Amino acid sequence: MALIERPAPDTLTPAVATPESTYGAFRRPVHSTGWKSWLFTIDHKKLGIMYGVSALFFFLVGGLEALLIRAQLAGPEGTILSADKYNQMFTMHATTMVFLFVMPMAAAFANYFVPLQIGARDVAFPRINAFGFWCFIFGAIFINTSWLLGGAADGGWFMYAPNSSVPFSPTNGIDFWGLGLQITGIASLTGAINLIVTVINMRAPGMSLMKMPIFTWMILVTQFLLLFAIPVITVALFLLMFQRSFDATFFSVEAGADPLLWQHLFWIFGHPEVYILILPSFGIVSEVLPVFSKKPLFGYPLVVFSGAAIGFVGWGVWAHHMFASGLGPISVAVFSVSTMAIAIPTGVKIVNWTMTLWGGKLRFTTAMLFAIGLIVQFTVGGLSGVTHAVAPSDTQQTDTYYIVAHFHYVLFGGAILGIFAGLYYWWPKMFGKLLDEKWGKWNFWMMIVGMNLTFGPMHIIGLQGQPRRMYVWTEARAGSGFFDLGFWNLISSIGSFVLGIGVLLFFVNVFLSHRRHGPAPLDPWDARALEWLTTNPPKEHNFDRVPTVGHLDDFFHRKYEDRGEDGHHDFHQVATAEELMAVEEANADPDIHLPSPSYWPIVLAFGLPVMAYGVIYNFLLIPAGAVIVLLAMFGWSLEPHTATEADYDPPTPEGGAELEVADHG
Amino acid sequence: MADAAVTDTAPEAHDAHGHDGHGAHVTSTGLSNNKLAMWIFLGSECLLFGGLISTYMLYRGRHSENLGPDQVWDIPFTSASSFVLLMSSLTMVLAVTAAQRKDDRNTRLWLTVTALLGSLFVAGQVYEFTTFYREGLGFTTSLFSSSFYTLTGFHGVHVSVGVIMLLATVGMILKNRIPGDKAEVVELVGLYWHFVDIVWILIFTLVYLIPA
Repeated sequence: MALIERPAPDTLTPAVATPESTYGAFRRPVHSTGWKSWLFTIDHKKLGIMYGVSALFFFLVGGLEALLIRAQLAGPEGTILSADKYNQMFTMHATTMVFLFVMPMAAAFANYFVPLQIGARDVAFPRINAFGFWCFIFGAIFINTSWLLGGAADGGWFMYAPNSSVPFSPTNGIDFWGLGLQITGIASLTGAINLIVTVINMRAPGMSLMKMPIFTWMILVTQFLLLFAIPVITVALFLLMFQRSFDATFFSVEAGADPLLWQHLFWIFGHPEVYILILPSFGIVSEVLPVFSKKPLFGYPLVVFSGAAIGFVGWGVWAHHMFASGLGPISVAVFSVSTMAIAIPTGVKIVNWTMTLWGGKLRFTTAMLFAIGLIVQFTVGGLSGVTHAVAPSDTQQTDTYYIVAHFHYVLFGGAILGIFAGLYYWWPKMFGKLLDEKWGKWNFWMMIVGMNLTFGPMHIIGLQGQPRRMYVWTEARAGSGFFDLGFWNLISSIGSFVLGIGVLLFFVNVFLSHRRHGPAPLDPWDARALEWLTTNPPKEHNFDRVPTVGHLDDFFHRKYEDRGEDGHHDFHQVATAEELMAVEEANADPDIHLPSPSYWPIVLAFGLPVMAYGVIYNFLLIPAGAVIVLLAMFGWSLEPHTATEADYDPPTPEGGAELEVADHG
Repeated sequence: MADAAVTDTAPEAHDAHGHDGHGAHVTSTGLSNNKLAMWIFLGSECLLFGGLISTYMLYRGRHSENLGPDQVWDIPFTSASSFVLLMSSLTMVLAVTAAQRKDDRNTRLWLTVTALLGSLFVAGQVYEFTTFYREGLGFTTSLFSSSFYTLTGFHGVHVSVGVIMLLATVGMILKNRIPGDKAEVVELVGLYWHFVDIVWILIFTLVYLIPA
C-alpha cells in the first residue's frame, strides 16, 4: 500500500503552510543540479535519460560479448574462449541485449516522450517511476557481478530446465541471473502500471485515443504485454529458484517432472517478449516516416489496430518455439497456423509504412535512413520467420545458425535500427543539440553493411547445419563450395567488427556534435506530434500550459492550415514553432506545483539486491534487506508531497518573496 | 480545464488539470489514478496465480503412494478456515461502507476485524502446514507437495501482505495521515482483499475439493 502514490494534498495551498516540524526527518531533497539531482530525481525526463544512458552502456557490454563470440568462431577450433566461458558469453550476450539494452531503451523513450506526447506534466506515479529505474540498475549490476563471483549464467537466455538445475550448472551464475531478472522484472511491472495509468488517465483535454500519437499507442500495447508477461516469468523464476536453492524437483525428470513445464512457462512469457522488444521501435518509425515524408501516417487506425492485434495474437503463438520438443501433431499444426497468422498484422504495418513513403517529399536524414533500414531489414527477418512457422522446415532449421540469422534480422534489423532512428530523431528534443548528419550517415551505412555481413552468412552457415551454442566448429564438417563454413564464418566475424565500429561511430558522433554544434532549432524536422510544442530540452514542468488537443498530429495542425476543398488537402503554413512557443510562454500557467525529488525510491530499490545476495550467500542478509525495504516504505508513505520552501537554499533571485514567506513559517 | 474552473464549485476543481503531475482530481476516465493502478495490478496478479495454479494442476497426481491429497487433507478444517476468509470479505465491505459514510470509528473497527480474520486464516494455514509436515509431507517430498506448498504459500503471503495493508490503514486513519480521499484508500485495500479471497475460492475448489 505504501507504494501507492498519494494524490496531491491541496496543491493550491502554499507548501509552506505545512508546519516543518510535522515532517522532521521526512523532508524531501531539493537538489536541482549536481549528481544528487540525478540520484533523487523523480522527473520522468531525467529518468528517461538515465534509462537511455545505462541501456547504451549495456549495449556496449553486450556488443563486446558478441565480438568475443564471433572472434572465437572466426576459424575452426577457436581457442579464445573455453567451452565454459563461451556458454557464459552467449547467455549473457542475449540476456544483456534483451533485458538490459532493448527493454530499458524502450523504457527510456517511453518515459521521456509518452507524457510529452499526451500533454501531461508527469507520469501518474513519479516516485514509482524512479523506483523502477533503480530496480533496473540494481538488477543489472547484480546479474553482472556474477562475472566476478564465480562465473556468469551459462544456460542460454531461455535457461531451459532441467539444463539449468544444479547438476548441470553448479556455479552461482544462474542464481544471479534468476534473482537479477526478478529485480529488473519489478522495474518492468511498475513501469507498465505507471505508463498504462498515465496514458489512460492523463491525456490532455481533447486527446481521444484515436488522436494519440502512434508511438504512445505502441508503448501502451507494449505495457499491456509486459503487465501480463512479467508475472509468468516471475513464476518460472521462482520455481527455478526453489529447485536450485531449496531442492524442489519441479524440473527433474527423474522425480517425475514434466520436461516441458519450463518451456511452456518461459515461452508464454518469451514470445510476447519478442513483441515487447519490437513494438516500441514500430512506434518510433511510425513517428519518423511521416515527418520525413511530409505526409500523415498512411492508415493511422490500421497501424493502431494491427499493433493491438499483434498484442493479442502474440499470446497464441508461444509453442512455435517448441516445435522440436515433441508436442504432438495437433498442437504443432495449431501453433504453426497461429504463427503464420501473426504475420498479417505485421505485414499490414509494413504496407502502411511503404504507403506513407509513397509520393511523399522524402528527406533522407539519418533518422529517416534508420527507419527505412528497419522496413527493409525487418522484412528479411520476417520472411525467414515464415519458414520457421512451417513446422517441417523448422525441424530442420532449429538449433542451427539459420535461427540465429532470423532473430538477429528481426531484433537488430528491427528493434535496434528503430532505436537508432529514435535517437537521431529525438536527440535535439532531449539535449537541445542536433547530431551531425555526416557522421550519422557513416554510422548508418557502417551498421547496415556490418549487420548484413554478420547475419546474412548465418543463413548459409545454418543451412549447412552448423549448430548454434557450440563453442567450436571443425574442418571435418566444414562443407565446400557455396556452403564452405570456413569462408562464411570468417565473413560473419569480419562483419561483426564492422558492425561494432559502426556502433562506436554513434558515440563519436555524440561527442563531436556536442562539442561543435550550437543549440538546435526549436522544430528542426518540421515535426507533427505534441512533444515538439515545448522547448528543447523541455522545462521541468513540460508545457507552459497544458495543451488542448483538436487533431491527430496536433502540432502539425497548429502550424499548417488546410485550405483545400472537397476532401482535397492543401496545407499552408500559418505559424512557426517559434511563434507557437511565444504564445505558450505568454499564456503560461502561473501556478504549477510538481512534487519534489525523493530519497526513498533508491533506498527501497537498494534493499532488493541485498536480499538477493542473501539468497545466494547468507540467509541473514535477507532480513537485513527486508529491513531496508520496510524502512524505505515507511519513509515513502510519510514524506510530504513537496519540500517546504525553507528547504530551498540558496534562494533564487526571483524566489525572494518565497523566502520571506518561509521566514514566517 | 477552463470549464472546470467556471462550473465547478468544489475547491478541488481549481487544481483540476495538472498543476502538479498527478492529475489527482480530473482524469480522462474519471477513475482516479490510484484505483486504475490497483485494477491493472490485480490484472497482472491473475497471471501470477494462473502460472502457479497451472503448475499445481500439472503435478497434482505426482506423489508417493501414501502422501497424496486424499491422505493428508482435512477438508472440514480447511472449509472452516475458508469460511473465515470469506467472512473477512463481508467485514471488508462493512469497512468500505463505513468509510464512505465518513464514519472513522466503524471504519477502523471493521478494518481491524478484517485483519483479525485474515490473520486467523494465515494461522490456520500455518497449523495445516505443520500438521502435513509432521505427517511426512515436506516441501521436497514429491512434485505434488512442492507445487502445493508453492501455490498455497504464495496465497498465504498475499493474505499476510493484505493484513499489513489493513493494519497500516487503521494506523494512518488513527493518526489522520491518510492523504486525499479516505474512503478511496479503504476501497483500494478492499479491492486487493477481495481479489485474494476470490483466488482462494479457486484454489480451495481446485486443490481441495476436486479429487485428484
